[in-house]
Amino acid sequence: MFYDIHYVTIVFLIALGIYAVMFQHNLIKIAIGIDILESGANLLLIVLGYRNGGVAPIFTMAPQGKSMVLPTPQALTLTAIVIGLATTALMLSLIVMLYRHYGTLDTREIRRLRG
Amino acid sequence: MSWTEHAPILIIAAPLLVSFAIPLLEKIDYRVRNAAAVLSLAFSVWMVLIVLHKIWGSGPVVYVFGAKSAFLPLPSGFKFPVRIMLEIDNMSAFMALSGSIAAMVGVIYSWAFVREEEGGLGKYYSLFLLMAVGMLGMELTGDAFNFFVFLEIASIASFGLIAYRREDPASIEASFKYMIVSTIGAIFVLVAIGFLYGRYDALNMAYIAKHMRIGIVERIAFVLLMVSLAMKAGAVPMHMWVSDAYGRAPAAVTATLVSVSQASLYGLFRVMFSMFGVTMNNHFGGWMLIIFGLLSMFIGVTMAIVQKDIKRLMAYHAISQTGYMLLGVGVGLAVLDNPVALRSYGLAAMTGGIFHIMNHAMYKGLLFLTAGAIFYRLRTFNLNEMGGLARKMKYTTIYFIIGAAAIAGLPPFNGFASKLMIYESVYKFNPLLSVVAMVVSILTLASFVKVFHSAFLGPEISKTRDVREVPKSMVIGMGIMAVICILFGLFPGMVVKYLAGPAAVSLANQTGYISSVIGGGM
Repeated sequence: MFYDIHYVTIVFLIALGIYAVMFQHNLIKIAIGIDILESGANLLLIVLGYRNGGVAPIFTMAPQGKSMVLPTPQALTLTAIVIGLATTALMLSLIVMLYRHYGTLDTREIRRLRG
Repeated sequence: MSWTEHAPILIIAAPLLVSFAIPLLEKIDYRVRNAAAVLSLAFSVWMVLIVLHKIWGSGPVVYVFGAKSAFLPLPSGFKFPVRIMLEIDNMSAFMALSGSIAAMVGVIYSWAFVREEEGGLGKYYSLFLLMAVGMLGMELTGDAFNFFVFLEIASIASFGLIAYRREDPASIEASFKYMIVSTIGAIFVLVAIGFLYGRYDALNMAYIAKHMRIGIVERIAFVLLMVSLAMKAGAVPMHMWVSDAYGRAPAAVTATLVSVSQASLYGLFRVMFSMFGVTMNNHFGGWMLIIFGLLSMFIGVTMAIVQKDIKRLMAYHAISQTGYMLLGVGVGLAVLDNPVALRSYGLAAMTGGIFHIMNHAMYKGLLFLTAGAIFYRLRTFNLNEMGGLARKMKYTTIYFIIGAAAIAGLPPFNGFASKLMIYESVYKFNPLLSVVAMVVSILTLASFVKVFHSAFLGPEISKTRDVREVPKSMVIGMGIMAVICILFGLFPGMVVKYLAGPAAVSLANQTGYISSVIGGGM
């Protein structure tokens, strides 16, 4: 019955992330939203490679007769996580600098560029 | 077996290596650091030319990392593309040539433009080279996930560079805005690649294209890729970040950022033509590109006319010019399944659009660099605080005239050649589109006449009294782009014959793209 629960989770995470980015006014909450969005994408990649009852794809330790999960999506996810980490770190440091300049984290007050 | 066999990877590897060596080189001397940055990109340009020569001789170049073939034969005899590879056809080489020249000019220009006392110059050059690496990687790769990684390298490096003047709150704000928009776009690219991987168990673009069967998953992936890449390319209605990011980044960065956005544009064309092609409904894709193009052209130019900030004005023109490329290539995509129409005007429209990509990288880069030259002396972008600069900065003035004439499509500059091709061929497809393109061109001219009048003509004001010409490295950097603008304008036939024409043909030829990787069999 819960066969598709992971896909539901992915859609939920992505929707939650987009909601946070679009409708929140706090910069930190926007950053959290982007992180949730990234987690959704990463979960999608992991789920794509999952096989029911599969074992970790380590070639030399594979037990006979058992199926392994796909290794490629896991490699992709690792890369995506590292990229996400870099983005988050940079985003938080930009937020720190914005706070120093404007003294607020509210997006409605940080609006020097318009038109 | 000569070393030029490895030229494709050296295009990317040289700037990547130097980028991480820069903190060490900086310990020796700042001149060593700058020279290394310039030389690594000059080396990339040279390698691109070698690869281009090879493509003219023997068709697309496929470079597989660490092996001869991208395929791993299983014991059962089934072959599977597991290895990462670069696939360079005329289109990729064309984009890489344009991008590497723009990046090289950007670094030459930075030599004097970014002053030592501003600090953090080692990081500036590292990020600059990383941005160039990301851009070149996107243009050369034949692997969908690799494309995403290079996209993120280029984006993250450009976030840092846009916020380079960190004492200016507006540049941090611009960087943050770009970051949000661009990260969401990149995540959707990743999701789309995940969908395609789930369906085809492969990341190789040619393999995916070969086995493409259109279903609901492919449609979702197509729309996600199209929207997020069009956004990264700065097409209206996803253009809000362009004016901020282009307007606030240091001028040398902006000139290269134009080419980085075009790498996303290239990705968009690659996905639409080579991955989906005629198996997807190409009328839908083509008309989407045309609509994006029309909106970008018109909204970009109308927003530009009211601007007071010279770089912001040029940024809106960059959006507007992107519209021409989308329009030209979109018309080609819309008639892709009709060989008669494709031969009579579709290919010409695509050639015009692709030719316009390189022209745009050159004249828009030149214009941004002249805006940077003005900023270097006056420390302002406000058009109302400028006047009479023509008497003080004669090289900058000449370069500005060349760039402005090229963007407005006046002969004998390069913008005229590509715009004329677009007008003529699009007219045969639908006369109305061509009329809009011409009207936009006239508005562009009007807007640049205004800039020229208020910045360079008129009496000098107190602020511009003791302005001098900019240092030599900036004059040389602008000079390279100006010379290319003039040469491409004087000999457009040569460029179309050797660069833009073959690029359009290879973009339209999906089976050629697939077979150069997979071969005749399978």
